[in-house]
Amino acid sequence: MEYTLFILLLPFFSFLLLGICGKWLSHKTAGIIGTLSLGVVTALSYTVAFQYFTAGRVDGVFQTLVPYNMTWLPLGSLHFDMGIMLDPISVMMLIVISTVSLMVHIYSFGYMHGERGFQRYYAFLSLFTMSMLGLVVATNIFQMYLFWELVGVSSYLLIGFYYTTAPAIAASKKAFIVTRFADMFFLVGILIYGYYCQSFGFDFDAEGFAQGAYMLPTALVLMFIGGAGKSAMFPLHIWLPDAMEGPTPVSALIHAATMVVAGVFQIARLFPLWIQYAPDSLSIVVWVGVFTAFYAAAVACAQSDIKRVLAFSTISQIAFMMVALGVCLPGHHGEVIDNHASLGYMASMFHLFTHAMFKACLFLGAGCIIHAVHSNEMSAMGGLRKYMPVTRWTFLISCLAISGIPPFSGFFSKDEIITACFAYSPVVGWIMTGIAAMTAFYMFRLYYGIFWGTENKELHASHTPHEAPLTMTLPLVFLSLVTVTCGWAVNFGSFVSASGEDYQIHLDTQVAVTSCVVALVSIALATWIFKGERQPVADRMYAAAPALHRWAYKRFYLDEVYQFITHRIIFAYISRPIAWFDRHVVDGFFDFLAWGTNALGYRIRGFQSGSVQKYAYIFLLGALVLLLIMII
Amino acid sequence: MNFLSLFVFIPMVMLLGLWLAKGIKGIRAVMVAGSSALLALAVYLTVIFLNDRAAGQTAEMLYTASFSWFEPLHICYSVGVDGISVAMLLLSAVIVFTGTFASWQLKPLTKEYFLWFTLLSLGVFGFFISIDMFAMFMFYEIALIPMYLLIGVWGSGKKEYAAMKLTLMLMGGSAFLMCGIFGIFYGAGGQTMNIIDIANHTGGAHAIDLAQQCIWFPLTFIGFGVLGALFPFHTWSPDGHASAPTAVSMLHAGVLMKLGGYGCFRIAMYLMPEAANELGWIFLILTGISVVYGAFSACVQTDLKYINAYSSVSHCGLVLFAILMMNVTSCTGAVLQMLSHGLMTALFFALIGMIYGRTHTRDIRELSGLMRIMPFLAVCYVIAGLANLGLPGLSGFIAEMTIFVGSFQNADTFHRVLTIAACTSIVITAVYILRLVGKILYGTCTNEHHLKLTDATWDERFAVICLIVAVAGLGMAPLWVSDMITTGVEPIINHIGHTASTSNPFL
Amino acid sequence: MIQLEYVLIISAIMMFAGVFGFLTRRSTLAILLSIELMLNSTDINFAVFNRMLYPEGHEGYFFALFSIAISAAESAIAIAIMINIYRMLKNISVDKLQKMKW
Repeated sequence: MEYTLFILLLPFFSFLLLGICGKWLSHKTAGIIGTLSLGVVTALSYTVAFQYFTAGRVDGVFQTLVPYNMTWLPLGSLHFDMGIMLDPISVMMLIVISTVSLMVHIYSFGYMHGERGFQRYYAFLSLFTMSMLGLVVATNIFQMYLFWELVGVSSYLLIGFYYTTAPAIAASKKAFIVTRFADMFFLVGILIYGYYCQSFGFDFDAEGFAQGAYMLPTALVLMFIGGAGKSAMFPLHIWLPDAMEGPTPVSALIHAATMVVAGVFQIARLFPLWIQYAPDSLSIVVWVGVFTAFYAAAVACAQSDIKRVLAFSTISQIAFMMVALGVCLPGHHGEVIDNHASLGYMASMFHLFTHAMFKACLFLGAGCIIHAVHSNEMSAMGGLRKYMPVTRWTFLISCLAISGIPPFSGFFSKDEIITACFAYSPVVGWIMTGIAAMTAFYMFRLYYGIFWGTENKELHASHTPHEAPLTMTLPLVFLSLVTVTCGWAVNFGSFVSASGEDYQIHLDTQVAVTSCVVALVSIALATWIFKGERQPVADRMYAAAPALHRWAYKRFYLDEVYQFITHRIIFAYISRPIAWFDRHVVDGFFDFLAWGTNALGYRIRGFQSGSVQKYAYIFLLGALVLLLIMII
Repeated sequence: MNFLSLFVFIPMVMLLGLWLAKGIKGIRAVMVAGSSALLALAVYLTVIFLNDRAAGQTAEMLYTASFSWFEPLHICYSVGVDGISVAMLLLSAVIVFTGTFASWQLKPLTKEYFLWFTLLSLGVFGFFISIDMFAMFMFYEIALIPMYLLIGVWGSGKKEYAAMKLTLMLMGGSAFLMCGIFGIFYGAGGQTMNIIDIANHTGGAHAIDLAQQCIWFPLTFIGFGVLGALFPFHTWSPDGHASAPTAVSMLHAGVLMKLGGYGCFRIAMYLMPEAANELGWIFLILTGISVVYGAFSACVQTDLKYINAYSSVSHCGLVLFAILMMNVTSCTGAVLQMLSHGLMTALFFALIGMIYGRTHTRDIRELSGLMRIMPFLAVCYVIAGLANLGLPGLSGFIAEMTIFVGSFQNADTFHRVLTIAACTSIVITAVYILRLVGKILYGTCTNEHHLKLTDATWDERFAVICLIVAVAGLGMAPLWVSDMITTGVEPIINHIGHTASTSNPFL
Repeated sequence: MIQLEYVLIISAIMMFAGVFGFLTRRSTLAILLSIELMLNSTDINFAVFNRMLYPEGHEGYFFALFSIAISAAESAIAIAIMINIYRMLKNISVDKLQKMKW
């Protein structure tokens, strides 16, 4: 399967081509080049998936293939390899990334039409796609880190696409620095991993891993911090809502479907190590996930910017995936990884897959809406259902999916997650069920706020909203079709599971019914509150707890805390004093040396006064002294 | 005559040519011909060096030659190269070549400027090919003196002050260095100045007493360390760089600062291994401070060149930091970092010079929205910035990663803590680079005088593109460079060995 | 015959008058006069010692004559310089002549 190399090379070349020659290309040509290369990549990814999964299992598991691997940089006894590794999760990710990316490429034709920097936009999309694909097919943790940084940079560049506006500049900077801060921990984790296990690779049976076992929990937790930064886990989530300053298709691709799940993917990739060497540390993942899911859901209930609502919903859903990975338990029957005990692994990957599709659909739908009303604020919307039918139905399907209503895909994956949570601990199970209910509530608040509710008639009269062009609706339809079908049409467990063996998904009736009922109740509640033209209940709720609403709206003032720490403490009390110290103390010392030498020179220059009479005095005195000495 | 001497010969011919050249065209022709010849020679050297190594030539130094120069003191003109010096020569040739184009339109006194510029490169090339301590020292001095005039005459801002400060501090360093070198010479028996002989105790040299090493090592290390921006001897760097003309900043940050790291490794540590093991920890702490301190200082500067100068303090600190970690990987990383820092800082200074040449200000509070006005320069500036903060695919990443992995091989707490502290610099670097990019390039331009400015001219584009290609080339295909450097580092590290220091209170 | 001592006393007085003048006077012309005084005192000594100690030789006289010739030339140059200085600065006092210092 050497052709897999082209999956990485094609987007890279298209990046170089569009990046360097973009200036001389027309918008259309640039878009077509980008989309075509991505189309080929998607075709290749599907071929890979088809070949891989039809190649069959050996000893009941899918083989891990490494069609390509080379030493890129030798590091003493270690080496930094670059290559391509195919196993069930990387193949699944290939499909997710290439599909969503292709949809976004097509969609952007309409959305970015006539924008300045269109070529640059497609170049960055190609760069991002290349890096993300490289990340998932990495053969070793260092390669993963390399592409991890690259996706961070592409995200930075794309968030800052509208670089003339101040919020975009601030948001891109924030996104990069926060994730970079987390990456530092990732890097230290990698260093520990490399040193103690004498390998950066993913062949976990190697001898080194057993020897380095005692340091592995530390390494894994540090890497988790890196993953938490990229996946926007509390308290490193602050960059993601701001990242919505980028163009909406970018938010769909990077900040909803692919890059932000890199942290989940990282844990899934290292899952055998977690479960074998650090099962206790997994509880950190669980509790960080649970808290993040709750926090983000609570904040999402109060946001008024539709992209922000979706951003917080993304954070919450990724936290679901994290929790699902965390609740995995080591097997009981001798085998370390047991499909049943590690149900969460499968559930997490399944949710990753379904979430990517419906969340991309939601974001692209939001893009159509923003395109129509030229605003992100819900106040500019309301009653859009009659203007934009396609967007409305696809949006509704995705909302139902994320709320966990059968037969949409989200139901199946979320149900597996909650089942796994109940198996871990009923407390976690019930909390997650509660958060799922909140999800349904805020998603339908959003839905009603956009398509029903109070219409902003003034605005719509002056500028009638219209349905988006075909290039934009087509991806919506495609993604919603996937969302409708992929839950029940395919048995995800037979492709991806913790141990690699076939796993038949079966619904736990009790959990399924409970979560369904809870979700329906939440939707009903949201309908009751937000559907009407006038919303007395909502107004009364705001009036009853204004402080709570304001706090939730302000995201519990976390951004302000960070702002305070970075500007008021780090800049004011570390950087400035250091800079002052350097200029005045260290440099002052050397200036003092120079000044001292000069001053001394001035002091003693009188000896060389040039006045011969003074010399003569001294000469005479000297002669007299010598005379005296000779006499005595 | 050994062909390595061409590295000194070509600049000499260039000097003559410049002296005879008439008019600006003649001067440019001489410079382009000479610097291209040097670049070609460096590339040729790299190719045959790699071939000869592949063919099994395992001598520590290849293409050696030696001529007696001053018999009573056993001073010879000895040349020879290993993997490290080949990499450095290549770097110097690239920087001199691009520096020529970066000062294409320099006025006034063009001829004099290029004369000094060429003399400076002569010193640099001579330093890297020499394996005789005294010859090295002499070339080092040759490289330093022109700097005074280049900054003092063609500089900007407080140029006399800066030139004086830079020269005096570096001369102060040379004073230490000279003591160190003569200390080594007499400590090893006073029979030879040849580095290889002293290290291997051949040619009449014998091992230097530990007690003596402990005196000469700090002197030599500080002497070279001043040039390598070792904390607290780095303060010439911000002022010097800020006042220097573009190509001089490039050459200075790009190559001259590497003389420091190279000298520390090749003379201080190689010739006095026991003292390096014994006293290395003191300098390790100082360099660790450099790395973090430089980065933090850069965060609040408002002058473009100051930001870059402090960033150089941080990155060059990492070079010295890595060589003091004393293992093959970290030292390979150190040399890679020298290469990478040389290229990307040269790129940075070139771009800053070009921006300054147009806007006549380097104050970041007065600049904004340059992306719309000079897109080419702005994009290249972003690329340089990304290289600086270690974007994979550009050279900074491989160097930093090699250093960190190498440093982490030292398993004790002392080294670990320092390594992790150094890792924090990658975050702080991101902070100041992005702050800068956000402030000056993004946004909308508020100064109407800047709206009329033009983008880069062809010579500027050429210089910048050459450097970007080099940075990206190194970043994408590091294998051959890394291998070549490793062949040079290995014998030195094997020679130094590794023993735990008895005087380190943190161990 | 005059005693040797008398001549030497005179020359010593001349010498120390010269030294005193040289050290204390501020006028360049006065300093030049003092120098002449010292030179003349040595010339006397040369002549006297030659006459008293080595009457058959003439080196002392020669030396005195040389010295007189040189001091004449030297005074000519010195006075020329002084005139020039005076023309430019309207002053020939040594503590005022600072232009070329430092």
